[in-house]
Amino acid sequence: MKIKKNIATSENGFIFNPATGDSFSGNAIATDIIGAMKNGDSEAVIKQSILDKYEVTPEQLNRDWDDWIIQLKEANLLEFE
Amino acid sequence: MQKLKYERPYIKKLNAGIMNKFGTRTDAQAFTHIDGVAVKSVIAQYGSPVFVLSEKQIRRNYRSAYRAFSTRYPKVQFAWSYKTNYLNAVCNIFHQEGSWAEVVSGFEYRKAIGNGVPGNKIIFNGPNKPKEDLLLAIENDSLIHIDHFEELNLLISLSENLVMKPRVAIRVNMDTGVYPLWDRFGFNYENGEAWTALTKIVNSGKLQLVGLHCHIGTYMLSTNAYGIATTKMCDLAMRCKNQLKQTIEYLDLGGGFPSTNTLKGAYLPGTDTVPSADDFAEVITTTLLNFGFTNDDLPLLILESGRMLIDDAGYLLGSVVANKRLGDGKRAMVVDFGVNLLFTSFWYEHQISPAQDFTPHVENMTVYGPLCMNIDVIRESVNLPLINPGEHVVVHKVGAYNMTQWMQFITERPAVVLIDEQQQSHIIRTSETLNYIEEPESTPPHLK
Repeated sequence: MKIKKNIATSENGFIFNPATGDSFSGNAIATDIIGAMKNGDSEAVIKQSILDKYEVTPEQLNRDWDDWIIQLKEANLLEFE
Repeated sequence: MQKLKYERPYIKKLNAGIMNKFGTRTDAQAFTHIDGVAVKSVIAQYGSPVFVLSEKQIRRNYRSAYRAFSTRYPKVQFAWSYKTNYLNAVCNIFHQEGSWAEVVSGFEYRKAIGNGVPGNKIIFNGPNKPKEDLLLAIENDSLIHIDHFEELNLLISLSENLVMKPRVAIRVNMDTGVYPLWDRFGFNYENGEAWTALTKIVNSGKLQLVGLHCHIGTYMLSTNAYGIATTKMCDLAMRCKNQLKQTIEYLDLGGGFPSTNTLKGAYLPGTDTVPSADDFAEVITTTLLNFGFTNDDLPLLILESGRMLIDDAGYLLGSVVANKRLGDGKRAMVVDFGVNLLFTSFWYEHQISPAQDFTPHVENMTVYGPLCMNIDVIRESVNLPLINPGEHVVVHKVGAYNMTQWMQFITERPAVVLIDEQQQSHIIRTSETLNYIEEPESTPPHLK
């Protein structure tokens, strides 16, 4: 699951898709994840870093991860694989 | 290192377009305490969901409403509307403050007697007063407000063999410029039915006509309507005095004053649109004082306000069960209280606050209750921050009608807790149990 290469992000959560002109704002954790995904980190690595940084159980994170991927698909930010 | 508070990852598309003048702002702060008692501790002690009532707020509301009328008019009496919330602890707060009881059934009448209200301070309203209830009210010298001719005839026949004359009033309905008209209760003013009833009462010689009663609607946003109602009531009272030689001791203007909840479909929030007790008091008392009664003949003004006195003293605390996404991508949050507990969510857009700290990100979502029913919608569209399952929410202004119209459905009804003026919490109704619900049932032997 990769983020499109041309997606621009900023540190304070602003996301811009130059291909469509769409822009988004994300919360802190969304910004962290997009940064890591752009970096090419694997799902497992990203999840572990969230578990280390935030007060959340792996179960809750897994549930929210599925929803996160749906959000990215709906926003047309994912690379086709 | 202390970990950061978790919030599910969330992105929101930014749309350029016409600005929304109301913005998407939600509460600035978490609603963590009610009268100094932590929401978290109430839920830990009494479970979730749980209703909470603030004694301090109830007394504050009563005193402020009483002050609004009593500083403008010399003879004012409030009667607590039992159907709004008849938990005994609640009724007794109002009785301690000086309220009489206003009841609409034998069940409520007996509750008032049980609460120690003297019979002559109970107002018996409603369209269904069975013979045994009427006899009880007559025996206790209560004020019986007659709703229709059937009841009037029954009262006259019940009084045939009595020494004491029952004290009665009639309920009058009328056109006050607010539509649809509430003409299903009482006798109509405009078509002369009310006058016919009054004449019949006086001519019977069996009943003591002591008052006139009206109740022109509910959640009334027009103070003018009360001015019209008061004028018509004063006119009837004056005609009783002049033509029937009968002095009317009191005018009961009923209730119907709104709380500051926001009605569904309202353009502006209730806090910005609803007239205050002072506004209603000004119109009613000015009309009374200017009508032409002599000082000695000024009738006692009775008010049966319910909603305005208790709605904002009630809270419903609950927990988030799940967050989900609907077919069209919209967010939904499932909470552990449904429309069976929050009856008023059918007509109010109840304010819902998170009970713990949250970040500024908000999402538009639908809030669903836990009932397996499609109608179980607490808020169809509300901007709320991201609240995780297990975290708590507080619904505001739920003190009126929810604790009487609530319905046992699918699960037991929850506890009701009162926080007193010393910030102590008291359970005033325990949560129901399976045994309590099954106790009136019986199963025929062949089905056991």
